[in-house]
Amino acid sequence: MGESRRRPFTYVLRCAVVGYLLLLVVWPLVLVVTHAFEGGAGTVLGLFAEPGTLAALRLTALAAVLATAINLVFGVAISLVLVRVQFPGKRILSALVDLPLAVSPVVVGLALMLVYSGRTGWFGPTLESWGLTVIFSTPGIVMATAFVSLPLVVREVVPVLHEIGTEQEQAAASLGASGTQTFWRITLPSIKWAVVYGVVLTLARSLGEFGAVKVVSGNVLGQTRTATLAVEEMYLNFDQQGAYAIAFLLASVSVLAILIVSVLRSRAERTERKATP
Amino acid sequence: MSRTTSLTTARETRAPSSARPGSSEDGLSDDGAPRRTAHRAGPRRPVSTLTRTSGLGLGVTMLWFSLLVLVPLAAVVATAAAGGPAEFWRAVTTEQTLHAIRLTVLAATAVTCLNVVAGTAIAWVLVRDSFPGKRALEVVIDVPFALPTIVAGLVLLSLYGSSSPLGLHWANTPWSVYLAFAFVTLPFVVRTVQPVLAELDADVEEAAASLGASRTTTFRRIVLPSIAPAIAAGAALSFARGMGEYGSLVLLSGNLPFTSEVASVRILSSIENDNLAGAAAVATVLLLVSLAVIGVLDVVQRRVARRG
Repeated sequence: MGESRRRPFTYVLRCAVVGYLLLLVVWPLVLVVTHAFEGGAGTVLGLFAEPGTLAALRLTALAAVLATAINLVFGVAISLVLVRVQFPGKRILSALVDLPLAVSPVVVGLALMLVYSGRTGWFGPTLESWGLTVIFSTPGIVMATAFVSLPLVVREVVPVLHEIGTEQEQAAASLGASGTQTFWRITLPSIKWAVVYGVVLTLARSLGEFGAVKVVSGNVLGQTRTATLAVEEMYLNFDQQGAYAIAFLLASVSVLAILIVSVLRSRAERTERKATP
Repeated sequence: MSRTTSLTTARETRAPSSARPGSSEDGLSDDGAPRRTAHRAGPRRPVSTLTRTSGLGLGVTMLWFSLLVLVPLAAVVATAAAGGPAEFWRAVTTEQTLHAIRLTVLAATAVTCLNVVAGTAIAWVLVRDSFPGKRALEVVIDVPFALPTIVAGLVLLSLYGSSSPLGLHWANTPWSVYLAFAFVTLPFVVRTVQPVLAELDADVEEAAASLGASRTTTFRRIVLPSIAPAIAAGAALSFARGMGEYGSLVLLSGNLPFTSEVASVRILSSIENDNLAGAAAVATVLLLVSLAVIGVLDVVQRRVARRG
């Protein structure tokens, strides 16, 4: 079509888009990096050696890994159920799985507190009598994190399961493979990359959870203060250097996660294109 | 998140029996599963193919989903309803709360409109344009999604805060709310529209252009109808995210009552004052918005499925 006719418009649109993204995302992000290293790299490393900061980072890592593991198992299981099995109420369940994406983190925190709070919650006092404290403790932080990142694995795996169909699974079954064998040898290898994307995104989202964790954690230094809570605390206590340093660390992990997914995806697309010329 | 095909394209086969009535005759549902009881139950009714293993899987996942998501959210509604409708109404209509809700709705709506235009434009540039550095732009789009919200607030503060190199002192003003919403909701419309746009056949557009249609006409009559459901889905997600946003505002907006306080912040201060009933009331309002959005998404997905 008329290349010459379309040129000026294309340039204007391109510049507008690039300008918008520069002002909204890129420039502010660069400023945070420069702020973090204002005092030199040595100061930044010194900040990470503080016991309070270390404990916060360790708690964040623990909660994120546990939440990701839970969502990995749960996500793959519910994707299989949603795609491969017919049952009444499936449409409602499939819509509800997306709910955590649309719910405010603060509402998530409040909801968990109303049920699991040791003082007034629905189940909390019973669990407490069994010796399990959920709210203001690590299990609550893990649950809040798992809640907010719940749909990410499902959203990656479901479309791929639809795409691959059931022919190979049926062939395996007709050749005498058990359900478990079919899952490990046929289904899992074909959804492998979707699972990897989902896990990386879940991990990135989990590391950065703030609102829900703030409500359920109690924010006790060295015990229930996560890295994101530490950023807020430090910034409000005029320790801007420390806040910027942790923020930089968290931002690098999440940007790294996106880069990994983006590289893996473009590689997968390239091999796909090679396979179907 | 990126390339969220699940939203608009791939999930469309999820209700094959109702989407394509003709397929019931071959005894197989569209995803290939044998449909043993299809004729007895009637071709249009959803059919259960639960086996013992899949039933167990469904049971375990449902138990966990209930304990983590459904029961807690039900507790929010139950707590809000416990004091009766009058108490609920009083809690959500105090002057400060009302102002917070109004600001949240206003900002979320405005930013969603912005995203519909900007997101579609960004998706268009990413799909149809090619220039050096486009790959980097792809990554930039996903940054707001993966960046911890508290860091997002800090990031925005560096350019739009008190030490702004641009001289834009938006911190602690209502503008900060619009800014934070625009940042965190950036990927939604882009990521829902992009895959649909990429799959769109350029032939039809070229045919329209060769028949003398102007670029505006081609966009309005050919492209827009195809990407409209994706835009709607992205807009719904973006609106929901805005309505519930909290983390990015903590440092940026200053949470000043009657100025920059949003609904989520109201809920949190109620929790901190041990007023769980009041918090639950406002939370129920937000929850209803979330449910409405999920409903819109579901309808949009089914619409797309029927057309495809």
